[in-house]
Amino acid sequence: MRWPALLLAMIWTAQADAAPAGLTPGMPVPQFSRPDFAGNLVEMSAYRGKVVLIDFWASWCAPCLVEMPHLIHLQNRYRSRGLRVIGISMDDSAGAAKAVVGRFPFNYPLLLGDTKLGLRFGGILGLPEEMLVGRDGKILHVWRGEIPAASIDAAVKAATG
Amino acid sequence: MRARRQVLSFVCAAPFLKPFAAHAVGSDAVPGAALMKPAELADLLKGGGPQPMILQVGFERLYAQAHIPGALYAGPGNQDDGLAKLKSQVGSFPHDRAIVIYCGCCPWTHCPNIGAAYTALHDAGFTNLKVLYIADNFGADWVDKGYPVTRGG
Repeated sequence: MRWPALLLAMIWTAQADAAPAGLTPGMPVPQFSRPDFAGNLVEMSAYRGKVVLIDFWASWCAPCLVEMPHLIHLQNRYRSRGLRVIGISMDDSAGAAKAVVGRFPFNYPLLLGDTKLGLRFGGILGLPEEMLVGRDGKILHVWRGEIPAASIDAAVKAATG
Repeated sequence: MRARRQVLSFVCAAPFLKPFAAHAVGSDAVPGAALMKPAELADLLKGGGPQPMILQVGFERLYAQAHIPGALYAGPGNQDDGLAKLKSQVGSFPHDRAIVIYCGCCPWTHCPNIGAAYTALHDAGFTNLKVLYIADNFGADWVDKGYPVTRGG
């Protein structure tokens, strides 16, 4: 093998090995503190003792928009049992994300994420992505890609039961 | 009952579901012959031979978190400024230059960027143009497969 090819192969291996995995069940949910679109501070630490469903979405993501009425329904149905939904937009600009606010009767906070927050969550490398966090602050489920609503329903029901 | 509620939710939401996009060109604008599988590109990068120019035509948040090593950010294909940036990235290259574009923001059939980006370069006369077929998203179809990644910038 010629040296340049060998060097490339070594770099390839190092990069592939260095890539950290995303968050998985059992890990503590990353802490963050940000204002939502209404100006209220959303602090992850304040949700201890609640079951939290974090929805990563964007205005350009059609499957994300499809899920929103269902998330609103879940928040209504399970609020008394301690469910709290948080929507984190991965739009490049606040303007694009805020334009979605009037499209649905949101009953949960929406805030703008960014690269730093995405990396803190192990990389939000495609949407939709949702994460269910237990009352102890540990991740119970992570769903990536288009998600069957029944899966989320069952997990939320079990976590809030 | 649950199925009926979900159908009802979808029907109620349907008028609001159109994502914000300046260019409504679907991924079905990309012909099958132009598609490249992730494994093919990974082999190409690994081989150390002549490398294609790789352009990410999705969203900046995604690119900034992780992208294919050497890939340039070209801006989202569903926006005018994204397409303008894409054209400026390739402007000085000969039309037979090997180019691979990719997005991976969301499932292939829902991607708002890749069809418009492909169409723009194809219409500009680029003849050696490939589109990385990312079925679900960049995380699942590239990063999780262990292919090389540059993270965080």
